[in-house]
Amino acid sequence: MLDQLEASLAFHQQALALRQERQKVLASNIANADTPGYKARDMDFSRALEDATRGAMQPGLKLARTSSHHLAGEGAPSALDSRHLLYREPDQPSLDGNTVDMDRERSAFADNSVRYQAALTIINSRIQGLKQAMQPER
Amino acid sequence: MSMFSIFDISSSAMSAQSQRMNVTASNMANADSVSGPDGEAYRARQVMFEARASSRSGIGGVAVSEVVEDPSPLRLEYRPEHPLADEQGYVQMPNVDPVAEMVNMISASRSYQANVEVMNTSKQLMLKTLTLGEG
Repeated sequence: MLDQLEASLAFHQQALALRQERQKVLASNIANADTPGYKARDMDFSRALEDATRGAMQPGLKLARTSSHHLAGEGAPSALDSRHLLYREPDQPSLDGNTVDMDRERSAFADNSVRYQAALTIINSRIQGLKQAMQPER
Repeated sequence: MSMFSIFDISSSAMSAQSQRMNVTASNMANADSVSGPDGEAYRARQVMFEARASSRSGIGGVAVSEVVEDPSPLRLEYRPEHPLADEQGYVQMPNVDPVAEMVNMISASRSYQANVEVMNTSKQLMLKTLTLGEG
């Protein structure tokens, strides 16, 4: 029963975690807009999400079990694999080797924020729906 | 948890950019300083940025690695009446380029603004995430 509850949210949870990771990558690009030699990065979102939902991510930290009574714990898999972090192709290469295009990064950041919010809204309404289903009839 | 590191990234960029702004302010302020503590004319300074990877994937904030002095020659001005003039009547003036400094200042403030925006947006998203399932 609880299993199914989790399954109905799992996909969106993965998506949210990846959106968050992408937010971090883009923030890092914007932060390094003036760093000589910095190469802007971004992720192949759809492929990363596909891998995440298929469970093809790197395994998380394992808990050491010193007794057979211990639960086998597995840390959350890291949402972002370095395989999915790609380098941007600069439109206009700059002399100092920096490939951050501020306009691009900012629009990508705004885009990602809105999509993050959308994922939040979907999760929220899903939770509301589940809650409603659990309410006694009035 | 990992969302908090966006704050680290953006705040490192903000402090780096404000340090750049400080150096620019110092350069502009000393554009006419004929003698410093060492008796030499002021030399323009520039900050060097360096990417600081915080995780193994190589993304992270930025840091000022060092502040270097501009090695370009000092400006010579012919002012024989000046007390610091040499035998030929030339005074060594700072090698500050006001136009370049202005450009630096505008660039630094724009970058600072962009990072503030990133921080604000991330904060809003985080607060929204915290209210997940409410209402």
